[in-house]
Amino acid sequence: MSSVSEVQAVSEYSVATAVKVENVSLTYRTTFERTPTFKTALVRLGRGERAVKEVEAVQDVSFEVPHGNAVGIIGANGAGKSTLMRMIAGILPPSQGRIEVDGRVSTLLALGVGFNNQLTGRDNVILGGLAGGLTREEIHERYEDIAEFAELGEFIDMPMRTYSSGMFQRLAFSVAVHMDPDILLIDEALSAGDATFKQKAAAKMKDLAANARTMFLVSHALRSVKDMCNDAVWMHNGRLMMHGEPKEVIAEYRKFLKFGEDAYSMEDF
Amino acid sequence: MNATRLDEDFTSSTHVYEPHRAGLPRFGKYFRALWQRREFIRELSRTSMRAANTLTVFGQIWLVLNPLLLAMVYFTLVFIIRGTADSDFLAHLVASIFAFTYFGGILRSGASSVTGGGKLLMNTSFPRLLLPLTEVRTAFFRFLPTLGVYLVLHIATGQAWDWTMLLAPYFVLTLTLFGAGMGMIFATAQVYFRDTASFLPYMVRLWLYTSPILWYPWEGQARIQEVLGDVAWLLYLNPLYSMLGGWSESLVRTSMPDTPMLIFSAAWSLVAIVTGVLFFMSKEREFVVRL
Repeated sequence: MSSVSEVQAVSEYSVATAVKVENVSLTYRTTFERTPTFKTALVRLGRGERAVKEVEAVQDVSFEVPHGNAVGIIGANGAGKSTLMRMIAGILPPSQGRIEVDGRVSTLLALGVGFNNQLTGRDNVILGGLAGGLTREEIHERYEDIAEFAELGEFIDMPMRTYSSGMFQRLAFSVAVHMDPDILLIDEALSAGDATFKQKAAAKMKDLAANARTMFLVSHALRSVKDMCNDAVWMHNGRLMMHGEPKEVIAEYRKFLKFGEDAYSMEDF
Repeated sequence: MNATRLDEDFTSSTHVYEPHRAGLPRFGKYFRALWQRREFIRELSRTSMRAANTLTVFGQIWLVLNPLLLAMVYFTLVFIIRGTADSDFLAHLVASIFAFTYFGGILRSGASSVTGGGKLLMNTSFPRLLLPLTEVRTAFFRFLPTLGVYLVLHIATGQAWDWTMLLAPYFVLTLTLFGAGMGMIFATAQVYFRDTASFLPYMVRLWLYTSPILWYPWEGQARIQEVLGDVAWLLYLNPLYSMLGGWSESLVRTSMPDTPMLIFSAAWSLVAIVTGVLFFMSKEREFVVRL
């Protein structure tokens, strides 16, 4: 039964739009402090300072991506790339506009699979899957593949506080790609892990893209965007600067980096 | 599509994300997604209890020993101050301390449930209410073994058995709902002010003294009438007065609790759970940008 429905699903997806972002904006209020406390709030109040700052993380962004595309998201730090990814994943609801996402989304937006370092890798994989809405059976079906791909050996049954950062990375990546996603959102996944695993990860992502899955890759490594993606989005200060062929977008982005913001009129885009 | 699928929203082909109206997500969709992920609550609660050794023999003994030792300390304190304290009072004190420890547990662990969930919140979209609710379940399973100890004490101190004891679970229920609601409020506050949890122990301690734990409910009424006049109703402003008072009356003294206790405990718990859930839900979409 499942094989038939999967075939149908794939053929439906191959013609449909994977992600449609329409005039989306996100504005939120946040504080300067990394750990906001009541004490500092009182101190600020005493000084008459405003502790809350309004952040316009994403402003009036629209684009459409058909299924089967690998989209590279590029831009400087704080351009709103990660925020945009979180909005597509449904983690952050937009404050304006509308996002339509077709299919199952799997994310690798923050390092680490689960959240409790006292628990084993296995427990964290199960908890992450359950929170994401999978059933226990579905997680068990995938579990062996996840553990094998991550190459953690016995560490999978050890508390995650004993993991090295590369191990964290490998497990997190393995979970994200083995969730059978229709749409995979990855943030800087290739920046850590050793060379062998990087290659393995890149191969896995190409494999997913080849199977008509859609992928969003946030990266500062322009070369990997050029290699892996057939579509690119360039964000700057929360605005969409350009959407198109990776080669052209990267060339424009490089020009922008060289000549600076002043040489560009933002309204052109 | 597949019979084993729990979550229609997760597998359905299209998700639409739009701004929340009036700051709240759609209730039907939200609570359906919450119900579909109920397994998460069980799993997280179970694994975190295992990580804290709660499921081992000594872990279980400690869960009982801790409030029991606390009860001994207070028993001695009351004995010194009043010069008298009998076995009936001991039974009341222990039963009330156990229930209060349960409530304090929900409050404390509920308060840090969201800030402790960092990575999962950043990575996955799910109804955040799962986190404080998990803490309620964990606290409840820590409360259960203490009940067994109380029953032994109930027999040892020669307390009566009566049908009113069947009312005791009613008060546990109101206490749970009240604790859950308060836990959600504190969990939200903790996201905005990380030092909220530092105030909690003082608040909890103060609450312990102002609730009928070190004194009987009727003693509180008599005392307040003596000092302030005919304003015994003031006691009902403390939600724990009705909940813990009713718990001790029905379970330890096996007498029918006053009707206001039955009504006020239900009313307070409903107010707390509705306020807590709505407050938490109205703020939860901001959690990711505040963590």
